[in-house]
Formats: sequence, structure tokens, C-alpha cells
Amino acid sequence: MKTFAKLFSSLRLKSQDCGKAGRGEESLEFLYYFADVFTPLSFGLLLLGTIGGLILGATPGLSPTMAVALLIPFTFHLPATQGLILLGAAYTSTVAGGAVSAILLKIPGAPANIATTLDGHPMARQGKGAKALQLSFLASAVGGVFGVLLLIFLTPLLSEWALAFGPSHLFWLAILGVTVIGSLDSASVVKGLLSGCIGLWLATIGFDDIMGAQRFIFHPSLGGGINIIAALIGLFAIPQVITMFAKGRQDNSAEVLVVEKHSIRDAIREMMRRPKALTIGTLTGSIIGLIPGVGGQIAGLVAYDQTKKFSSEPERFGRGHSEGVIAAEAANNAMVGPSLVPLLTLSIPGSPTAAVLLGGLLIHGIFPGSDLFDNHPDVAWTFINSMLIGQVLMCIFGLYVAGLAARVAQVPQSVMAAIVLGLAVFGSYSVQSSMGDVYVMASLGVMMYFLERFGFSAAPLVLGLILGPIAEANFIQGSMIANATNGMAPYFLSGALNISLIVIVIASVAYSAWMELRSRRYTSKEEIIG
Amino acid sequence: MRHLIASAALALTALTGTTTLAEGYPERPVMMMVSYGAGGATDFQARIVTMTAGNEDALGMPVAIINKPGAGGRVGWNWFATQADADGYTLAAYNIPHFIAQSVKGGVEYSAESFEPIANWGADPAVFVVAADSPMNSMNDVVNYAKENPAKLTFSGAGLFVGHHIAALQLEKTAGVKMAYIPTKGGGAAAMKAVIAGDVMGGVNNLSDAFRAQQAGNVKILGVFDLERNAFLPDVPTLKEQGYDIDNASVNFRGIMVPKGTPPEVIDKLAAVVPEMFKNARVASKMKAGGSPMHIMTRDEVKEMWAAREETLKELLAGL
Repeated sequence: MKTFAKLFSSLRLKSQDCGKAGRGEESLEFLYYFADVFTPLSFGLLLLGTIGGLILGATPGLSPTMAVALLIPFTFHLPATQGLILLGAAYTSTVAGGAVSAILLKIPGAPANIATTLDGHPMARQGKGAKALQLSFLASAVGGVFGVLLLIFLTPLLSEWALAFGPSHLFWLAILGVTVIGSLDSASVVKGLLSGCIGLWLATIGFDDIMGAQRFIFHPSLGGGINIIAALIGLFAIPQVITMFAKGRQDNSAEVLVVEKHSIRDAIREMMRRPKALTIGTLTGSIIGLIPGVGGQIAGLVAYDQTKKFSSEPERFGRGHSEGVIAAEAANNAMVGPSLVPLLTLSIPGSPTAAVLLGGLLIHGIFPGSDLFDNHPDVAWTFINSMLIGQVLMCIFGLYVAGLAARVAQVPQSVMAAIVLGLAVFGSYSVQSSMGDVYVMASLGVMMYFLERFGFSAAPLVLGLILGPIAEANFIQGSMIANATNGMAPYFLSGALNISLIVIVIASVAYSAWMELRSRRYTSKEEIIG
Repeated sequence: MRHLIASAALALTALTGTTTLAEGYPERPVMMMVSYGAGGATDFQARIVTMTAGNEDALGMPVAIINKPGAGGRVGWNWFATQADADGYTLAAYNIPHFIAQSVKGGVEYSAESFEPIANWGADPAVFVVAADSPMNSMNDVVNYAKENPAKLTFSGAGLFVGHHIAALQLEKTAGVKMAYIPTKGGGAAAMKAVIAGDVMGGVNNLSDAFRAQQAGNVKILGVFDLERNAFLPDVPTLKEQGYDIDNASVNFRGIMVPKGTPPEVIDKLAAVVPEMFKNARVASKMKAGGSPMHIMTRDEVKEMWAAREETLKELLAGL
């Protein structure tokens, strides 16, 4: 495999026609193409992609993958570079835009924003919606810029690292995700684990891609399994809608979500005071984003969990703590840059969104991999630079949107409930133009409403739904390979990467158990004092 | 913009419920269902080959692509066989051998008899790949290793009952060896990653994707599962040339079909116009740029190909 260092030097030779260049200068190649982002057409598209992406991202059901896929036909008529700028900007800002509905409505726009709801929505309920939005966009920008810089400077190292993850490692990684389930947003660990189990069971519904078996298809709508976006909307939005309608009936004064004005300068200061959340979020997001096949969906959740575990006041999480929002949003945007590493270097799309971007490149006859950087450095670097600038633009427009949030909140609850219900139906239908997904959304939503009344919560359930297929597919693949080679134990339990992952899993479980004990003592003390 | 207008118009007509078939078919935009996700190879090609549909010399109306992914295409084709209107305004993309292999295996609501082919636009053969640093340099090396180490040679492919799996079955049967086929979740890309990363010793993959990976210096391509060598890879011999009697049953053919019961005059019109639409120079240049091999076939040729494929697959999958 050609490393980027080599690619850089070959670029250098071509563009400069001079002898060997020092390594330090080589890595600054991207600076030569900065000006290309600022041509009227490119910059116009960048603005369009960013603003459009924020709006699409804020709409439940329109995930980053969908947004990028919807834009592909437009790029047929654009030059390659400009087409990619549009797609890159849309990818960046839809991920961040998802925070808007996650915070204000408790409906994550995409799996990446689930963790944002955990503290973002409680903040909104306390009147701190504007602050939560400002923090989420600032954290997104910091994480996002860091992720793209990683993509620019460390790609050769990172691409080898991304390849190192085989089926056994992905299996352990999914198990690490499962260990988070118990401690996530639940009254008790047992209820969290039970919700996670329901999610894992739901994940098995449908045709299994690896063995070809049909499981639990008791209705024709379930043939393709439970669509994750439809489930996400149902589990988060419908209980909200039912609660809002129920309240509206009892009380006509309609409790309105108050949004206090919050200055941007205060938000920046607040974020600077929480360097730990920002750092953990950014680093976790970058690392997880890199791993093909796991990527963005769980980056936010794992980062949230880690931040909580390293925090000196873990009991404040889930009750509107700004660190939760910062960590989750820093992580899901930090994931964007690294998630493109396998695509750009090896031509392997590591995430569904990257697969759609691959189509956008191919349509212009550009093959990702060495061809991209050897023969089309202008396209590659202008694209990467536009993502860098896109992060900044996204932050600026996002902060403006945060100012508007007050208006959304002035809508009476009964009207809000109707709007959210409309969006939920529209969002779940549009995923794959199927009424079946709307039925799935509605049934899961009603089920969740009753489960919530018994203290269960949606986040661990969705995490089970996401992790189930990853754990299962990689376990089956791994065991097939293991049986053909040295056997199960050496395949799953040996090697530095396997062992380190297992150690992290054990540490995570032990820490959760300890936290549970500690928080029990804390609450009982509180009760005595109270 | 055109696609947006097309979908909006489509939604409107669906609401008003006009399904009467006038003389001037098509008088409104046409919908085409793709049973794989947006951005996948089938979706990507379907969008290219239909992009000139609005031209006067083609259908004169745009084609809007609707994705119904799930269960390796089964969800979309089940919907198409049971719920799509047979009025000529609902087309679908087919993938051979996928849907025929699935219907032979059972558990779905369609068979080759549920659909009427219109025309074929592309053919992507399967190839055998190994990592660039693999000691294997020909299909004979692969087969010899498999003979010495029965069921020990791991090789990846994009799932069960797809072209890659069919190619794998043909290879095992013809060479008389037992190997370990590892189906991946996440399509050809995940299968290719497994080869490049060394998770498996080899793999069956799409010619177009393998071509790109070879250009990047990541894999070696050892053989093509087709009747002839491919223009993209003139130096890579077919399996037949290397002494294995394997035909083109695993080649991934893509084209357009309509549900059974579509009026014959509509089918005739589509069968006459669509192959010409595929021949458009802009379509050809976009397809070539994307490394997607084109293979245009008329309705009669596709009918023959479907029938031949069904026979081969019934025989091949009988023991499974």
C-alpha cells in the first residue's frame, strides 16, 4: 500500500517540479488548494450545502446518508470538485444539524445525535435551549476541525490502523458498546439492560444477510428488518407526542418551553471551562469514526459514556449537564473526517455515508485511492479544505439558528405535538418510501410510551438495535474464519488488539458497577438529608 | 431539480389516482424502484442510465428513482411483485442472478415469471482477488492450496445467493474442492476490505471494484468468471482459459423490468425505446467514467438470458 507520505512527495514533484522536499513542507500540500474553495461557485455551493445541510439535519428522518444521497443527482451537472464540495458540506452540517431536533424536541435527527438528547433536552426543558444549541455547535466545530486535521496530517498511519480491525476486533468493540447500555439514561442498571435486550431482539427481525435465515417476520412490513431511522423516530418522538397531547387535554394553558437568551460569549467561556469533556469527546469520536463498519452511529454514545466515567460529578449527567452535550456533539463531528480515511486512501467506504460519497466521486470518473491524490490533487484537497471551512461556516450558521430557537419554543404544545407527529410520519416514510416503516415507527413509539412510564428509556434500546447486528455479523464471520483456520479461542482471544479491547470491556463493566454502588450511596444520603 | 419535480408530480398523480392509460404513454413522470440503497452500485447506475429519459427521443418524461432496500433486495422485489401497479408507470431495476437465485431458494413472493423484462443495461462479472502480497498468482495456485488444505482457504464475498456466492459455488464444484466462503454484511466493499486487510486469504468481488483496488495497488486479480476477457482487464484470463469450465452464471446483469400484467402496448413501447436510451453518448461516458461495464440487451435477449439462468441456478443450488 502506498502511504500518504509517498503520495505527498509525488504531488510535490508534480506541482513544483523541484527535487526532494522536506517532510514538513509536504504535509502542507493542502494549503496550495485553499484558494480554490473561495471561487464564487465553490463558495456559493459550500454555503448552500451548509445551510441546506443544517435544515435537512434538523428534520427527523433525514440522516446524513439520506441528505448526501439526495444531493448526488445535482452533482451530475457540476464539475467534480464543486460536486464534492456540496456533498462534503452537506455531510458536515447534517451531522451537526441533527442536534437541533435532538435538543429542542428530544428527537435525534440521526443515530449520531442520540447522546445529544440525554443532556440537551433536559437543558431545553430548564429554559437553557439556546445555551445547549450554542454549546453543541461550538463543540461540533472544534471536534469537526480536529477530525479533518487528522485526515489531512495523519492519514497514512490512520489507514493502516483502520485496516487492523478484523471481525474479532469489531465483535469486541460492539461488546464494549453493550457495556455502555446498562449505565445509559436509566433509573436503574437492570432496566437499562432490559431495554438493551429488547433492542438486541428487535435487531434480529428480518432476513439475516449472512446465513439467509428469516427471523420473526410476523408482518410483511418486517421483511427488511427494523429500519434504524424509523425506529429512532418512533422511540423518541411518539412518547413525546402522546405526552404532549395528554397534557394538552388536562390543561389548556399549555406549558410552553421557555428559551432564555444566552450570549455566545458566555457559551464560548462555558465550553473553555469544560476542556475534559471537549477533549474526551473529540478523541473518542476521531478514534471510533475511523473504524470501518462501526463509525458514526455509536461515536456520540461512547464519548458521552466515557466523559461521564471520567467526570468528577457523574451524577449530574442526564439532568441537563452541559458536559454531556459538549462531549456528544464534539464526538459526532470529530468522526466525520476520520470516517473518510478508508474511502480516500483505500477506496473502501467505511460508513454508509462514505459509500454514497464514493458514488459521487465515481460519477466524475475519479477513483478514490492513490489515483485521487496522484491525478486529481486539486479535487481531493479542495474537497478536504472545503470540509474544514464548512465546519466553521456550520458553526456560524448554527449559532444563528440557536438564536431563532426561542421562536420554535413559542409554539403551543398541542400544535407542537401535531407538527412533531407530522414530521415523524414524513421522516419514517421518506427513509425508503415505505408505509411499512411508518407502521414500525408508530408501534415502537406506542410501546415505548408505556415502557417509559415504567422507568425504561429509549437510548439503551436503540443502542441495542444498532450494536446487535454489528456484534452478530462479526461473531458469525469471525467464527467461520476461525473454524477454517486455528479455532475459536486463538482467533477471538489472542493478539494485542483483541486483548486490549477485552481489558477495556472488563474495565468498563467494573467501573459501571462501582459507579452504580457509589450513586446508590449518594442518593440514599441525599434522601436522608432531604 | 428535475428529480424533485418528478417526485412531486408523481406524488400528485398518485393522490388524484389517475391510472387510465392514454395513447400518448408516458404522459407523466415514471417511477423506477431500485431494491438497493441510495448510493450503491445498482442505484448509482440506475440514475445514470435513466438521466436522459426526459429527452424527446427517449421517453419524453423523467424517471424518478425510489429506493426500497432490505434483505439483499428481497424487500423491494417482494413489493414490486405484489403491490406495484402494472400500468407502465412503475418500473424496477433487476439484478441477475440475485432475484432468480432468491426465488429458487424460496421464501420470497416472486419468481422470474412475476416480471416482464424490458432491457438490460450493464453486466459486472465477478472476479477472484487476493491481496497484493499474496503468494498466489493464478487460479491454479488457489485450487492447489484448497486441495492440500480442504475447507481451510477462506475467501469473502457479498452475502449469500448473490453473484459472488454463485461464482464461489461454481468454482468449488468445477475444481472439486472444498473452501470456506465467508459472506460479509455490507456488500462488496466489506468483502474487499476483508481481502485487503488480510482477514481472509482471497475473495470474489465485482470486476469494477476490483479494477479500482488493483489500480490502487491493493489486490491482484487472478481470474474473471465470464465467457470472455473484459475490456477493463485485458490481461486477466477467464476461469475457462485456466482450465475450469465455468460460464457467466455469476455475472451481475442489471436492467429494467415491469410487473406481469402491464399492457402489451406499453411493454412494446418501452422495449423499443429503452435500449436506445441506454445507447445515449452521455450515458455511456458517465458509465465508463465510473468503471461500470455496459452491456445493452433487448427484451428478447433478456428473456432468453433469464430462462437460461434459472435452469443453471436450479441445478447449482439444488444441493444447498
